[in-house]
Amino acid sequence: MQDDVILNVLNLKKYFNTTEGVVRAVDGVSFNVEYGETLALVGESGSGKTTTGHVIMGFYPPDDGKIIYKGIYDLSSPMKKRTLELKRDIQIVFQDPGTSLNPKRMVKDIITLPLLVHRTIEKKRIYEKVAELLEYVGLSEEFMFKYPHELGGGEKQLVAIARALAPQPSFIILDESTSALDVSSQAKVLNTLVKIQKELRLTYLLITHDLGVVRNISQRVMIMYLGKIYEEAPTEEFFKSPMHPYTQMLLSSIPTLSEDDEKIKPKEIESVGEIPSAVKPPTGCRFHTRCPFAKPVCSQQDPPDIIANSGHIVRCWLYE
Amino acid sequence: MLLEINDLHVYYKSYWYTLKVLNGVWLRLDRGERIGVIGESGSGKTTLLKSILKILPQNGMIPRGEIRYDGKDILKLSGNELSKIRRKEIGMIFQDPMAALNPVFKIKDQLYDILKYKMMIEGHNPSSKELYEEASKIFSDVRLPDPDRVLESYPFQLSGGMRQRVMIAMALISAEKLLLADEPTTNLDVTIQDQILKLIHRLVMQKNLSTILVSHALGMVYQMTDRVYVLYAGDIMEEARTRELFSHPKHPYTQLLVASTPRLSSVGVGEGIKGKLPDYRNPPAGCRFAPRCPYVMDKCINTKPGKIQVNREHVVSCYLYD
Repeated sequence: MQDDVILNVLNLKKYFNTTEGVVRAVDGVSFNVEYGETLALVGESGSGKTTTGHVIMGFYPPDDGKIIYKGIYDLSSPMKKRTLELKRDIQIVFQDPGTSLNPKRMVKDIITLPLLVHRTIEKKRIYEKVAELLEYVGLSEEFMFKYPHELGGGEKQLVAIARALAPQPSFIILDESTSALDVSSQAKVLNTLVKIQKELRLTYLLITHDLGVVRNISQRVMIMYLGKIYEEAPTEEFFKSPMHPYTQMLLSSIPTLSEDDEKIKPKEIESVGEIPSAVKPPTGCRFHTRCPFAKPVCSQQDPPDIIANSGHIVRCWLYE
Repeated sequence: MLLEINDLHVYYKSYWYTLKVLNGVWLRLDRGERIGVIGESGSGKTTLLKSILKILPQNGMIPRGEIRYDGKDILKLSGNELSKIRRKEIGMIFQDPMAALNPVFKIKDQLYDILKYKMMIEGHNPSSKELYEEASKIFSDVRLPDPDRVLESYPFQLSGGMRQRVMIAMALISAEKLLLADEPTTNLDVTIQDQILKLIHRLVMQKNLSTILVSHALGMVYQMTDRVYVLYAGDIMEEARTRELFSHPKHPYTQLLVASTPRLSSVGVGEGIKGKLPDYRNPPAGCRFAPRCPYVMDKCINTKPGKIQVNREHVVSCYLYD
């Protein structure tokens, strides 16, 4: 195990039993997250990206595979066995701050709770700490006495971030944290996230479907489709030379705002079809049903890992 | 000129207070033109579209203003005349198909209803076979595979993309002149969004429809429209041709909004806009953006700026250009 890896996920699987059959939400996913980086996990709805994040958080145990945190802790064991210290170290910011903040509690109480649970601070200094946390995310002290309904969407999400920061974690999962916001408040939240990451040396796992956001705050990108990761690359390289046809389809589908952005989009591919059900995923490469370049082998065998460049891995038969 | 809106005010009344949402909106739309209305959620975009069809909720009222459509004043039309326009001339794609479609009726029943009433206006009472044929034709227009299954399905049995295609099919039945699209792709994945936008674009071109596309997704509006209006808190802040607006935004609000949008070609997003939308119970007396504006002046707070023409096709409502 390398020293610079904070989280190591190995062949992670999570299946759900439903009346329609077994949903293979996450089906053999492996990746490393390095200290201090932002790793983006990108995919459409139903790709299993949120499930991956939730398994790491311990909301439900994985069916198979290993999750090693900081080289020594095993996160694949059930939540009950997780120590308080470990829970403190990994935090999450959810998608919709409208539902993740308790509407009957004032901001100060929302942020106080994790401070009390984890006892990171003396009781009499708690309000000082709350004010400090609020200031940290760019909100003034007077927000302490407001209720969530008095705040705008961006402000609510900043409160949720302050709450996640309260127990002084080193790893934060951002689960679509800005997708419910308008661009004007999204910008504020993104800037705040980047600022606190630098100052506190945090590591982010950014779960999102928005490649514009990815471009702006992450160092590495992983593309997930129907429970599997199909491409992995440093952000710069990813936008310069996307390789997997699915990645190209995603990029070409983004509505852009200028000629410069337009140039980045791959031209030769057009979006077709919809993501199939995860109950009966296609055999072989799961994208072959929508892929314009599909060959016979694609539907029969899982594509191999192809290392295109340092840190750029693509799983596709086209590059064999 | 197909549609012209002048000084439109829309209020929502409740027992305790009145929400003054639209505050003198103006807009014009030529035949065959595609315009966009951009703004954050809560800025009154949907209210604007609904007042064009006069389908505001019961507590919505229009105290002042004029909506001229095809030479007629929508606000003064009788119920009969209005329903003719709604059935045959203007179609609307609603924001959330899950909410707009009735969950307890099959797609068939909902679609046939619209078809039937439109045909009845044309003085023809269709048989169920005719309805079926017409529905299949429309479904192939919107590229819905397996029309028989879709017709027999309830909305929850379809995927998000398919529901949106059904919504578009329904809107197209009545849209012979004007198509109103209210955030037609929210909640859809980008790849599906791309398909839906291309579909709308193709159909609009084919039928030579005029369209109003309302969205907070600037990229979508950039790609789909000829001209754009910027709506903030019920006021039109700026109007320009699409490319001009996004390359040279004039109003501070538009500038901040455009700068806040993450790009693919470069890293770094703008500062965003601090604060939040004003309280519609007691909105600012002057420019409604004044409380959040970095360049605010004294006169901005007290009086609303008028339309200022910065060049031939670029209008901005801001004292900075006075």
